[in-house]
Amino acid sequence: MSAAPNNRKLLVKLLSGAVFMFIFALFVMPPLYNVFCEITGIGGKTGGPYVASEAGVDTSRQVKVQFVATNNGAMPWQFGPKVFEVSVHPGEPTEVAFYAKNSTHRNMVAQAVPNVTPFNAAEYFHKTECFCFNQQPLKAGEDAELPLVFIVDRDLPTAITTITLSYTLFDITNQSDDSLAQVN
Amino acid sequence: MAHGPAKGIGRWLFTTNHKDIGTLYLWFSFAMFLLGGTFAMVIRAELFQPGMQLIKPEFFNQMTTMHGLVMVFGAIMPAFVGLANWLIPMMIGAPDMALPRMNNLSFWILPFGFSLLASTLFMEGGGPNFGWTFYAPLSTTYAPSTVNYFIFGMHIIGASSIMGSINIIATVLNMRAPGMTLMKMPMFVWTWLITAFLLIAVMPVLAGAVTMMLMDINFGTSFFDAAGGGDPVLFQHVFWFFGHPEVYIIVLPAFGVISHIIPTFSRKPLFGYSSMVYATASIAFLSFIVWAHHMFLVGMPIGGELYFMYATMLIAVPTAAKVFNWISTMFRGSISYETPMLFAIAFVVLFTIGGFTGLMLAIAAADVQYHDSYFVVAHFHYVMVAGAVFSGTAAVYYWLPKWCGRMYNETMGKVQFWISFIGFNITFFPQHFLGLAGMPRRYADYALQFSDWNMISSIGAFIYGASQLLFIFNVIRTIRSGTPVSEPKTWEGAEGLEWTVATPAPYHTFATPPEVK
Repeated sequence: MSAAPNNRKLLVKLLSGAVFMFIFALFVMPPLYNVFCEITGIGGKTGGPYVASEAGVDTSRQVKVQFVATNNGAMPWQFGPKVFEVSVHPGEPTEVAFYAKNSTHRNMVAQAVPNVTPFNAAEYFHKTECFCFNQQPLKAGEDAELPLVFIVDRDLPTAITTITLSYTLFDITNQSDDSLAQVN
Repeated sequence: MAHGPAKGIGRWLFTTNHKDIGTLYLWFSFAMFLLGGTFAMVIRAELFQPGMQLIKPEFFNQMTTMHGLVMVFGAIMPAFVGLANWLIPMMIGAPDMALPRMNNLSFWILPFGFSLLASTLFMEGGGPNFGWTFYAPLSTTYAPSTVNYFIFGMHIIGASSIMGSINIIATVLNMRAPGMTLMKMPMFVWTWLITAFLLIAVMPVLAGAVTMMLMDINFGTSFFDAAGGGDPVLFQHVFWFFGHPEVYIIVLPAFGVISHIIPTFSRKPLFGYSSMVYATASIAFLSFIVWAHHMFLVGMPIGGELYFMYATMLIAVPTAAKVFNWISTMFRGSISYETPMLFAIAFVVLFTIGGFTGLMLAIAAADVQYHDSYFVVAHFHYVMVAGAVFSGTAAVYYWLPKWCGRMYNETMGKVQFWISFIGFNITFFPQHFLGLAGMPRRYADYALQFSDWNMISSIGAFIYGASQLLFIFNVIRTIRSGTPVSEPKTWEGAEGLEWTVATPAPYHTFATPPEVK
C-alpha cells in the first residue's frame, strides 16, 4: 500500500514527540520550576549564599523579621530560634542564632529548608551565612547553636514591614550522602 | 484480503483487524467499568450511614483511589479508543488502521497494566490509597509498599494510550478516502484527531511524573522531597499539566459521538460544523494553559490565581459554542427519541450543568470554599459520567446494529435510560448540597448533619449501578438473539460512510476506497 512509508515516517515523528514530552517532564519541568520560583520568589523560596555589596545601610526605615521553626513529620529534635523577632534596617547584616538539640539516642542528620512570607519579599531576603546551606549532623544527645546572617535588601518594597522566615527541619539520616542535592 | 476471521482464541490474540481490536477494547473497558463500579458501590455502601460499618478507613482510601484510576484509565479511555478503532476506518473509508500490528500491541499490554494495578489489592500493604491524583508526598514518602506496581502499571497504560494515539493520527492523516478533505471529516474523527495529539503531548508527562516518583522512592532523588531540595508543589504542577488536558481527552471524543447522534435523530445536518471543529481545537489549546486552577489553595500569588481563573473561564466560550450548535441542530428538526438520542440529550443537559459548576469552581475566591469538597465530586461526575459514560452508552446503542447486524430491544433501552438518568441525578445532585455544606471528599466517615443527603446519594448510586446490569443484559441479548437488521442505514437520518457498508459490517470494509464527493 502506498500509505505505508508515510505511516512509518509519521510514526517516527509522533513517537519522538512523545519521547520529547517525557524528557521535557523529567528533565526540563523540575529545573524550570525551581528557576521560575527562585527568580520570582513565588512559593517563598530564597536564594543561595549571598555576597554582601557595599550599598550601605538604609537607616530611614525598619523592617521586622520574625522567625518560625517547625519540625517536619516525626522529627524528634528540639529546634527553635533563640530570638523570635528582630528589627533591622535594610542593608544591615544581622546575625541571629537557632538552637537544635538531638535528644534521641542515635546519631542523626537534619536539613533545614527555609521559606519566606510574604512571597514578594523572598527575593529581597538574602542570607550570607546559613545553617540551611549544609546538612546538620548531631550525635545522640548533642546540641548546637546554628548561625544565620542575613541582609534585607535596600530595594525591599516599602509596603512590606514584616518578613517571616520559616525553617522546616527534616530528618535526612537515611538519605544523607554526598549525592543528596544541595539545598539553598 | 478476502478472508474472514481466524478461528478460536488465536483470532483475538493475534488479530490486526480494527473491528476485532475495537471489540476487544470495548469489552475490556466494560469489564473495567464494572470493576470500577463495584468499587463505587463499596464506597457508597460505606457512606450510606455515618460511622464505620462495612470496611476499614484504609480500605476506603484504596477504594476511592482505585475507583478513580480504573474508571479514568480503564473504563472511559479504552472505551473511546475502542469506538475509534471500530469507527474511524469506516468513517474515513479506510480498509483498516494505519499500523495494525501496533494496534494489537497497544490493546494487549492494557490487561497487563491493569493486572499490575489491581493485584496490589491482594498484597500486603494494600492497593494505592493516595487518591487518583496521587499527590506527593502521600504517594512517595507515605506510600504503601505496593506503590511500584502502581507506577509500572501507569507506565504500561500510558504506553498503550500513546501507541493508540499514534495509530489514530496516522490513520486519519494518511488513510482517508480520496476526496475526503480534513474539513469533510466526520466530527467523531475530528475530535479523536485532536484528542490523539493531546494524548501524545500529555501521557508522556504522566509517565514522567510517575518516573520521578519511582526515583524519589527507590533511588534517593528528591524531586518532590523538600528535605532534599525538591518541592511537593512541583508534583501538583506536573500532574495537572497532564491532568487537565486529560479531562478533555476524555470528553472530546464524547463530543464527537454526540455530534453524530443528534443530527441523525433530528434528521438535520449538524449545525455549524466548522465552528465545531474550531471549538474543539480551541478547547484543546486552552486545556494546556489552565492547569493550576486545580491548585488554587497551594499558595499561589494573586496574579497567578487571576490568570488561571480568567483562562479557565475562557474555556466556557468554545464549549458553549458546541452546546448551542447541538441545540440549534435539534431546533425545528424532525426529532424522534430512540435510546441513543435520549442519552445524547441527557448528555447535553447534564454536561451543561457540570460545565456551570466548573465555572463556579473556576472562581478562585469561591474555590476556597468548594475546594476538595463533595461539590467537586458532584462537578466532575456530571462531566465524566454524564459526559463520557452517557455518550459512550449512546454510541453503543447507536452503532450496535451496524456492528452485529441485530437490533437492541428499544423498550429495554429506554427503561435503562430512565433508570440511569434518574439514578445518576439522585446520586450526584445531592452531592452539590453536601459539598456546599462543607463535607470534604475522600473521607470514610462524615459529620451527622450530612446523613440524609448521603443516604439519598447512596440509594441513587445503587439504582444507577443496577441500570448498568440492564445495559449489559440488553447488549448481550442483542448480540445473541436480537432482531436481525440488514439495511445499511439502521437509522433513516444517519449520514456517513459507515452507513454505506453492509449490515452487519463485514470483516473487511473499503478494500477499495470509496469516492467522496
